[in-house]
Amino acid sequence: MTGSDGPCRAPYAMIESWLRDTPPDLMEAKRRNAEVLFRRIGITFAVYTEGGDPERLIPFDIIPRVLDSGEWQYLSRGLEQRVKALNAFLRDVYGEREILRAGKIPAELVLHNSMFTPEMQDLAVPGGVFTHVCGIDLVRVGPEDFYVLEDNCRTPSGVSYMLENRAVMMRLFPDLFNRNVIRPVSHYPDELMDALQSVSPPNCEGEPTVAVLTPGAFNSAYFEHSYLADEMGVELVEGPDLVVDDAIVYMRTTEGLKRVDVLYRRVDDDFLDPLTFRPDSMLGVPGIMHAYRAGNITLANAVGAGIADDKAVYMYVPEFVRFYLGEEPILKNVPTWDCRHKDQLSYVLDHLDELVVKEVHGSGGYGMLVGPKASREERETYRQILLARPEDHIAQPTLALSTCPTFVDGGIAPRHVDLRPFVLMGKEIRIVPGGLTRVALREGSLVVNSSQGGGTKDTWVVGTDDPAPGEGARA
Amino acid sequence: MMLSRTAETVYWLARYMERMDYVARLLEVGLRMASMSADSGLTEWESAIIAAGVQRAFGNKYGVPTPDTVVDYLARDTDNPSSILSCLNTARSNARAVRTALTTDMWEAINVAWLEARTLGDEDFRVDRLPATLDWVKRASLLFNGAYTNTMLRSDAYWFTRLGTYVERADNTARIMDVKYHVLLPGHEQVGGLVDYHQWTAILRSVSALRAYHWVYDGRVQPWRVAELLIIRPEMPRSLRSCYDQIITYLDELGHHYAGRQGECHRLAGELHARLKYGRVDAIFRHGLHEFLTEYIDQTTKVGDEISALYFA
Repeated sequence: MTGSDGPCRAPYAMIESWLRDTPPDLMEAKRRNAEVLFRRIGITFAVYTEGGDPERLIPFDIIPRVLDSGEWQYLSRGLEQRVKALNAFLRDVYGEREILRAGKIPAELVLHNSMFTPEMQDLAVPGGVFTHVCGIDLVRVGPEDFYVLEDNCRTPSGVSYMLENRAVMMRLFPDLFNRNVIRPVSHYPDELMDALQSVSPPNCEGEPTVAVLTPGAFNSAYFEHSYLADEMGVELVEGPDLVVDDAIVYMRTTEGLKRVDVLYRRVDDDFLDPLTFRPDSMLGVPGIMHAYRAGNITLANAVGAGIADDKAVYMYVPEFVRFYLGEEPILKNVPTWDCRHKDQLSYVLDHLDELVVKEVHGSGGYGMLVGPKASREERETYRQILLARPEDHIAQPTLALSTCPTFVDGGIAPRHVDLRPFVLMGKEIRIVPGGLTRVALREGSLVVNSSQGGGTKDTWVVGTDDPAPGEGARA
Repeated sequence: MMLSRTAETVYWLARYMERMDYVARLLEVGLRMASMSADSGLTEWESAIIAAGVQRAFGNKYGVPTPDTVVDYLARDTDNPSSILSCLNTARSNARAVRTALTTDMWEAINVAWLEARTLGDEDFRVDRLPATLDWVKRASLLFNGAYTNTMLRSDAYWFTRLGTYVERADNTARIMDVKYHVLLPGHEQVGGLVDYHQWTAILRSVSALRAYHWVYDGRVQPWRVAELLIIRPEMPRSLRSCYDQIITYLDELGHHYAGRQGECHRLAGELHARLKYGRVDAIFRHGLHEFLTEYIDQTTKVGDEISALYFA
């Protein structure tokens, strides 16, 4: 809401007056109300490596994060550009590999990367789309200054929180929505359905049958899988529900076998097909890669998309924008030191107290060092890890992240936030105006991951200006 | 058309919600009979264990039943898959596994009950508080039945849910009547005497049928009339006949919906239904009530197996 500790930006004027005019006890009652609603709907999040309540709620903060329509237009142009470039990169590395020949990214960084999937070489994915759903994590350091923290091109989660956070806010504060023009997000499942159906496989005749593939009820994002299937009105299938016969994918139904054309799969590549990838996988569908190669099924996102959101490849994404689109990147990358290079490693080692160091393949905020917050011993321990496996690490400066007013024990205080908008790519790109705002609830903390004590907020795009490019004309 | 796994899960979800209700009713019968019994009421509790179909597992864990161990085992022991809390847990995890097939109201009915169950403490299962807890269980089951009846689209998911409810109820009504068989009258009491009368009355109460009995029949409660009411009367919603009216209806709906696809479950259910429809209660008593009920419970189990074979395989 403020750059650092200055006054609130203009879009927040209405939030300020709302907070001023609402009696504290009413606000407290609404906060409790919100928790009851979330428990009832059943949105919970299973956190790995943590005992206790396996159906813990992600804390929800009722003060929304606000973007005006100018900011949103800028963002959605940048997002569209970035996702186009990521998709073009994937088509290229699993095809002609022009970018490698042009020397814009080191070939070994791609080809020797564990995320690179040789099985995808020359596989003609339907519609040429690899990245049907992307979650791009952004942070803000100034008014028109957004950085991409990371791209998520595999199976990004969190969109159900965006949708349910909005539903809960509308139920708790209908008057806020009456008084202000807040752009809706509830059509996201329709947009997703359109995107998936628009890239059905070449061998599909008639209306494509879509299904959502989930690892099952014990997966931490299961709620989201079932929520999306429900909202799209399609079947939520698990591996054993599917069977491949003569390179065609079917689901087992009460009426016998029924063909599936498009699979929005929330199962990782490794577990997708025990005949091609991990043979011990119980979550996948034996033979599905064969059907994929035969052009009988669309997998969203495409297999092998992980090479595009790898943390080492990340550094080259601005180069992808220039190479494939001939444009200057609208969204910036956070300056990044790649520890595989000796000179960059020695810089990182000399500046451990200012930098954030991450594992290249890590996710969820595990195994990272936030230099300025770490103790001397923690930094020393990490130094040894870095020296042992430099190629597994990158480092970035700690950014002066924007903050947003948030309810905390002592009242309302600024807390750091990030933003994950969801970009849909079918025949065209669509972005619903909003996203998932994650907030670091601990004072001064920069880590917003829900597995590390982060919370979420509703994200508002306000104003009625023309729809941003790629958003379409939907109300 | 629906996924076989989804159909099976909603079917069992409905069965477990119904079973939870049944076990609560069994415990009510146990409480009432025991309070009327001259001695410790042990037979009544033992018969509850038998009627729940868990005598072997119970015997292995506790040996001789006592009021406390029976209440504990039937109400909340997670070692017993048919205890009230186990049923609710299973129903809830089934519901979670097929959220897309449920309406919001169904899900909330189950989820709210499950959340409330987590707040129950030891004191809620003490004999003085147990009736209130059992009332809560029956309310939760009613709320679930009302939620799905009022909100589910009339299509296959609904028919499988219905089948689950009625296959389970058909089984349960037979078992609750059979409780009486296992409760031996004390030697100095006579058939048709005060204790016998109270035992039959307790069974009627447990299936919410005491008032219905007095509407249908004049005079005091008679064993053969109770049996008639609960076995062959079509207007009694928990009677075996009613349950099979429903089972037949929903199996037929599925058959039509799936372009005439039918199986052994249709034939078997039709046969049982005909017997209930054209049967007479004096013939049942001549044959032996316990024998009739035992055979009927076995046949109902077979109907369930055949439903699985046709739709869930």
